[in-house]
Amino acid sequence: MPKMSYAAPATIPEAIGLLANAAGLAKVMSGGTDLLVQFRSGRTRPELIVDTKKLPGITGIRVTDDGFVIGAATSGAEIGECAALVQAWPGVVEAANLIGSTQVQGRASLAGNLCNASPAADSVPAMIAARATCVVVGSKGRREVPVEDIVIGPGRTSLARDEFIIAFHLPRRPAHAADAYLRFIPRTEMDIAVVGAGVSVTLDAAGVCTDARVALGAVAPTAVLVPDAAAALIGHTLDEAALAKLDAAARAACKPIDDKRGTIAFRTKVAGVLARRAAAIAFERAGAR
Amino acid sequence: MSKHHVTTTVNGEPAEFLCEPHHSLLDALRDELKLTGSKEGCGSGDCGACSVIVDGRLVCSCLMLAVEADGHAIETIEGLAQGEVLHPLQRKFLEHAALQCGFCTPGLLVAAKALLDRNPDPTETEARYWLAGNLCRCTGYDKVIRAVLDAAAEMRGE
Ligand SMILES: Cc1cc2nc3c(=O)[nH]c(=O)nc-3n(C[C@H](O)[C@H](O)[C@H](O)COP(=O)(O)OP(=O)(O)OC[C@H]3O[C@@H](n4cnc5c(N)ncnc54)[C@H](O)[C@@H]3O)c2cc1C
Ligand code: FES
Ligand code: FES
Repeated sequence: MPKMSYAAPATIPEAIGLLANAAGLAKVMSGGTDLLVQFRSGRTRPELIVDTKKLPGITGIRVTDDGFVIGAATSGAEIGECAALVQAWPGVVEAANLIGSTQVQGRASLAGNLCNASPAADSVPAMIAARATCVVVGSKGRREVPVEDIVIGPGRTSLARDEFIIAFHLPRRPAHAADAYLRFIPRTEMDIAVVGAGVSVTLDAAGVCTDARVALGAVAPTAVLVPDAAAALIGHTLDEAALAKLDAAARAACKPIDDKRGTIAFRTKVAGVLARRAAAIAFERAGAR
Repeated sequence: MSKHHVTTTVNGEPAEFLCEPHHSLLDALRDELKLTGSKEGCGSGDCGACSVIVDGRLVCSCLMLAVEADGHAIETIEGLAQGEVLHPLQRKFLEHAALQCGFCTPGLLVAAKALLDRNPDPTETEARYWLAGNLCRCTGYDKVIRAVLDAAAEMRGE
């Protein structure tokens, strides 16, 4: 690997100072499963890597009165082992757990998945559908930002050079609420999403949808929130008319690339299909609780 | 660039080494500690030949910096056998001919150990998904899976 220096600060102000005062490119690292691959291949040449994992609260999951606080560097493996989170947000957990192999799960984090800013990042549509927010810190202070406002294009985020994410917040769930995430890949493991779909719904006691969020991955330069797809579900049970509208709204939101892994026509069609299937799973889970 | 002094535990024994900040844990294991059982198949997290267990978690040592190992406990393939006595997984790999060239084998064994550490009775599907990040060019995986399930059964006393 090329040369660089490494720091693992023990406090947030120290980490911000390192990022703010770095002469050249400084990169924040959580699990390193994107960063170290890019570093090794020469695609990124940071002069300094600031490892977040010694910062207080950066790993682990806390249940609070308003929901869940997930440390930014918490690994996928740890996320999958948190029974309360699996119960409340099964879609977010299944999306996070789709990232890479068992080995990658041992290190890969939500913050890295989001801030690597790949359009195909699996946890991102699920987090957007879940109304997840991030706690961002920097020299100008602390702010809470919706997940959908972080990525602004492939490989680009809205974070300032001295800013980084310390935690994610997932809201508390009412009764009859659940989410789901599905992706299409040409095989069953170890591949990059050709399309991803996250759906979160809340139902009333009769099974009518009172709130919904739908987000798609890998069909545009960033993951996209699709309000029209959510509107197709709200006020309805899971009937064919609502699903057809959801499917159409999902397809209308697609501006995908055309490549060997999926043509524009294919990705667009699959986005509609996955939105339907993810909605069906979310409704079923929500109805069962 | 200044070198980092890293203090860690490897296979239960205290270990120390010096490393450059850009060195991977795999580099340090192989070049500093001379533990050459862990292999570099890809260097990009895709093949699993470099698999080690850090604080009980399976990771790719090619995708972890050597300096990050400071204060953590590492288990490598060299810790699997007890002296001359092979681990049941190692014996079953031999019995089932679950290796040909053997390049993937240390990684597969470490990954399989991590599986059995947390799930002593995996189904075939669970074992296949758990080991999906360990690529093997030779065996076609079937014999590997049979060896892992057979070792698990033996370790459960069946
Ligand atoms: C073999 C393999 C398979 C993979 N499979 C998948 C897959 O199926 N689906 C998928 O979505 N991804 C996949 N990935 C990509 C990667 O594992 C994920 O994106 C992972 O979630 C990245 O998390 P990390 O903690 O390792 O990030 P890092 O590598 O630490 O960081 C990634 C980027 O985010 C920035 N960053 C990290 N932490 C923060 C923070 N707290 N605040 C601000 N910026 C930060 C870094 O500077 C860097 O630019 C795979 C990778 C490999 C090697
Ligand atoms: S060498 Fe680490 S995964 Fe291939
Ligand atoms: S035995 Fe040759 S790669 Fe697996």
